[in-house]
Amino acid sequence: MSQKISWRRTNFQKIIFSSFSASAVLNGAILILIVYFLVSNGIEAISFDFLTKPPIDSMTRGGILPCIVGTSLLCAVTIITALPIGVASAIYLNEYATKGKLVRIIRMGINNLAGVPSIVFGLFGLAFFCIILKIGVSLLAGGLTLAIMTLPVIIASSEEALKSVSDTYREASLAMGATKWQTIYKVILPAAFPGIITGAILGLSRAAGETAPIMYTGAVFFSPMMPSSPFDAVMALPYHIYVLATAGTNIEATRHLQYGTALVLIALVFGMNLIAIIIRSRVRKKMKI
Amino acid sequence: MSQFNTEKGVQSIFLLIALMSITLLFLIMVFLFLEGLPIFHHVSVKEFIFGQYWYPTDDDPAFGVFPLVIGSFTVAAFAAVLAVPLGIMTAIYIAEIADRRIAEIVKPIVELMASMPSVVIGFFGMVVVSPFLQQTFNIPVGLNLFNAGLMLAFMAIPTICSISEDAIFSVPSAIKEGSYALGATHLETIIKITIPASLSGISTGVILGLSRAIGETMVVLMVAGGAAIIPESLFDPVRPMPSTIAAEMGEAPYHSEHYYALFAVGITLFAFTFLFNLAADYISYKYKQAGEGYS
Amino acid sequence: MKHLIKSIIYLLFTAITASSLMAGELTLKGSTTVLPIAQKCAEAYMAENPDVKITLSGGGSGNGIKAIIDGTADIGNSSRFIKGKEVKLAQSKDIYPVPFRIALDCIAPVVHPSSKVSNLTMDQLKNIYLGNITNWKDVGGKDGKIVVISRDSSSGTFEVWKKLVMHKKRVIPRALTIPSNGAIVQAVAKTPNAIGYVGLGYLTKDIKAVLVNNVKPSEKNTLNGSFPITRPMFMFTNNWPEGETMSFIAFVLSKKGQALVSEAGSIPIF
Repeated sequence: MSQKISWRRTNFQKIIFSSFSASAVLNGAILILIVYFLVSNGIEAISFDFLTKPPIDSMTRGGILPCIVGTSLLCAVTIITALPIGVASAIYLNEYATKGKLVRIIRMGINNLAGVPSIVFGLFGLAFFCIILKIGVSLLAGGLTLAIMTLPVIIASSEEALKSVSDTYREASLAMGATKWQTIYKVILPAAFPGIITGAILGLSRAAGETAPIMYTGAVFFSPMMPSSPFDAVMALPYHIYVLATAGTNIEATRHLQYGTALVLIALVFGMNLIAIIIRSRVRKKMKI
Repeated sequence: MSQFNTEKGVQSIFLLIALMSITLLFLIMVFLFLEGLPIFHHVSVKEFIFGQYWYPTDDDPAFGVFPLVIGSFTVAAFAAVLAVPLGIMTAIYIAEIADRRIAEIVKPIVELMASMPSVVIGFFGMVVVSPFLQQTFNIPVGLNLFNAGLMLAFMAIPTICSISEDAIFSVPSAIKEGSYALGATHLETIIKITIPASLSGISTGVILGLSRAIGETMVVLMVAGGAAIIPESLFDPVRPMPSTIAAEMGEAPYHSEHYYALFAVGITLFAFTFLFNLAADYISYKYKQAGEGYS
Repeated sequence: MKHLIKSIIYLLFTAITASSLMAGELTLKGSTTVLPIAQKCAEAYMAENPDVKITLSGGGSGNGIKAIIDGTADIGNSSRFIKGKEVKLAQSKDIYPVPFRIALDCIAPVVHPSSKVSNLTMDQLKNIYLGNITNWKDVGGKDGKIVVISRDSSSGTFEVWKKLVMHKKRVIPRALTIPSNGAIVQAVAKTPNAIGYVGLGYLTKDIKAVLVNNVKPSEKNTLNGSFPITRPMFMFTNNWPEGETMSFIAFVLSKKGQALVSEAGSIPIF
């Protein structure tokens, strides 16, 4: 092999590799660009009053407290229903199930549920929770719709957490005479707890940011007071952004509120994700040791 | 004996709960069909699928879903043109080229991209990208196929990237080392060995990313422009299926023709994403990644 | 852990419930066209009566009237009168919807300020939106392809346009569909050859309102009936309203309420 060809090969490789890293840089740059626009335009809108007051003057002034409360309560309903179901499903798949058709079908169900478009969840929530079960447009209906959407995320990450618990734990517990259920409850679940929480937070961050599933099941245009029961409809951060950006009486005049609300939403979502990423990297380090 | 019974009981409870996902998926299908099929009392299946006009609120309504389907596919196709190379190249960078420490920084960035709420991306497309396109290309409005495709590409990249990255990363080093030993460069090894070996994982990622692009609602609702036509240029407005449902559901009276029609659009949309997901599921199950047998 | 979460949720709800135990509640549903008015009035009303809680949602005129029939709302907002079919359905459920005319709406065709066109007949408008007239020079303007901008088929403004201008004929599918009045103003202001239509309250100096049949779109011409593209807006209640519902409707129809109507961009009825 002549020196020249080898030189060419490595140079060619250099060019291609830099295009690979350029694409990675591009992704990061776009993310930073979006965040930069939101922060630079939205930061003036953020104030103590913005976070603690309801909107006034046809939502052209004032704050977004009802939206923050609404989104938090929707997330609460979501996690209360999705977490137990998700963790239990993961326990079955990882601890009990043996390879076979049934497991294959269950997994296919979970994978496909994860791929259902968000607006289809909204349609289902509207037809099933709001109309058939007569819950109406409400916190409960919206939260349950989000819970179905979040379920696959929670199952997947809980399963990963359970898988990462070393088999020696299981064997030790069983050897000491514990039953399988006792082993799961007393040994495996506590060991997998941080991983499960990570999954729960990731699921929640997705639920907090979604708009389409709650448009017709839980969120309303304007309801400045706090909800008094799970059957009340609420305002929600993502839906509020949509409403302000497309249907407000004066779209240009509320731009800073739109940026501000978007900033609060991504701060919430990114915050949750960062917490999850940090917990996970700690867990992984611990597992390695 | 009683302990044995409790154990059996516990196991069947877990099984029941684990069956919930598939039950819910089934319920979603049942309800879509229950609320969507009645539209076919008003229009024939052929008219619905191949009808060129979508005028659901007219006195003599037209429920032609064809322009909506085309709208969805053109937007997703344009997104794919951008997202597939970018996603895969980033994946290769993370798995093969970057050193561990940089990869540990880039990976969370990709995850943050994935977690970006769709309404925020739609908002960005409306207030920043749309005026930019309008000025740069001198077009009437910036809300069009091009804008929607750009935004959807941003949403599809993380899915494509993280699944591909997993696949590329798990190609066993033994195979790669073999390639080096034969005198291949790093790049040649990636192109001739690593990518072919992880092709099933990469295609799963691409399919799932596209499925996400087709099903994504808020972005297309806010930036696609909303004209139910078959686009002739990249700067034509389109009205993809999810945005049609989201824009019109609020105004469609319960159990009216329009309501049924929107659920029928939901069936169409669900059918497409379901096929995509089944394909991804099939590929990742059937063509088990090279290397999975080694570990 | 689970118990802890449960009790926190329970506490949260009881705390919230207790704080609003005294409140009267009102739910308004329906037409998005009426929404800005309803919102202005709701805010002012809640400012005067701090113990009343008002929830407001869209959903369209049909859903507003349906909500009255189903009893899921106290007031159904509607940008059209109740249909015969709906009256029958209501009667079968022993419900008697009562309409209150609360405001008028006037829709003005708008063009870019640089346009030479300042008057269009109803027939010309119709043919532009049908796609039969495609160049501004055919209606007295400069040579240039008309960019037709319309609203979403679900909006109330579009419904009026379709009924009064299009005579229920179809707007060309190629028309840009834009989700709100405000967004139409933006699009028309930035596009030299565009035509669109917006509610009277949205007219700004960035766009030029066009006379229709030589009549200027204005409050006066709407009230005297000479401007052709107008319609009334309603709030429906179940039977003659009582209590909180009554006093809210009375507020909307008061001088103060009607001032809010014009602030919201519509035309007060007196």
